[in-house]
Amino acid sequence: MVHFTAEEKAAITSLWGKVNVEEAGGEALGRLLVVYPWTQRFFDNFGNLSSTSAIMGNPKVKAHGKKVLTSFGDAIKNMDNLKGAFAKLSELHCDKLHVDPENFRLLGNVLVIILASHFGKEFTPDMQAMWQKLVAGVATALAHKYH
Amino acid sequence: MVLSSADKNNVKACWGKIGSHAGEYGAEALERTFCSFPTTKTYFPHFDLSHGSAQVQAHGQKVADALTKAVAHINDLPNALSDLSDLHAYKLRVDPVNFKFLSHCLLVTLACHHPEEFTPAVHASLDKFFSAVSTVLTSKYR
Repeated sequence: MVHFTAEEKAAITSLWGKVNVEEAGGEALGRLLVVYPWTQRFFDNFGNLSSTSAIMGNPKVKAHGKKVLTSFGDAIKNMDNLKGAFAKLSELHCDKLHVDPENFRLLGNVLVIILASHFGKEFTPDMQAMWQKLVAGVATALAHKYH
Repeated sequence: MVLSSADKNNVKACWGKIGSHAGEYGAEALERTFCSFPTTKTYFPHFDLSHGSAQVQAHGQKVADALTKAVAHINDLPNALSDLSDLHAYKLRVDPVNFKFLSHCLLVTLACHHPEEFTPAVHASLDKFFSAVSTVLTSKYR
């Protein structure tokens, strides 16, 4: 199970406090769909995903991105028990949504890249390492109930 | 996976803007890789991996120079990278999973330093390019 020190929790929480979750969510999901186009398979009913600008401007992508990242914010409040916090969502992603957990890893890495582009030098190697731990922990938690 | 002409143009333009910072970014990407993915350090037991290490800086420059060459020969990566491909297959034998870690950290480094350049389309093209380079470097493994 992944463990976070008090310093790591403080650093992650502090950075998260400066993130515009709505904007970052839309950007993260949008970039996932642009950079890894096969991930569009889950979003047939999202309308126009035919080009980069269509994807990034798509209101359903933005809305869903906000939903996903808001949920990610819950992870930050529950870093000591990610598996517990994401148990229900894990079941949902397996039983109803049928999402390959590899997609959680892809989205986690896209999120890290977005944080890098927003925070620049502040997103030091040490800060990145903490976030890599967090996104890996979230991906594992979301995959935990798969069967 | 194929690099479209748009991808190639994005990569050339972005790499051109990086210019003389390439070596610095190569070193930073390595440092980020060692920090976030500590298993990668197993390939460098002979290196000082502390922050600012001269060996890491030199190695970062080497990686950057190879990528610069790859960009210049983006239409024929297998040929241009053939010697490096041999090196990785027969001497270094770095497990293929590690190319993904370094590629990701190269993207993070570029996003940090050039957020305006790093649009979704450029992000996608660079990801594809690093993936193509990684494929060539592991192509002779077995």
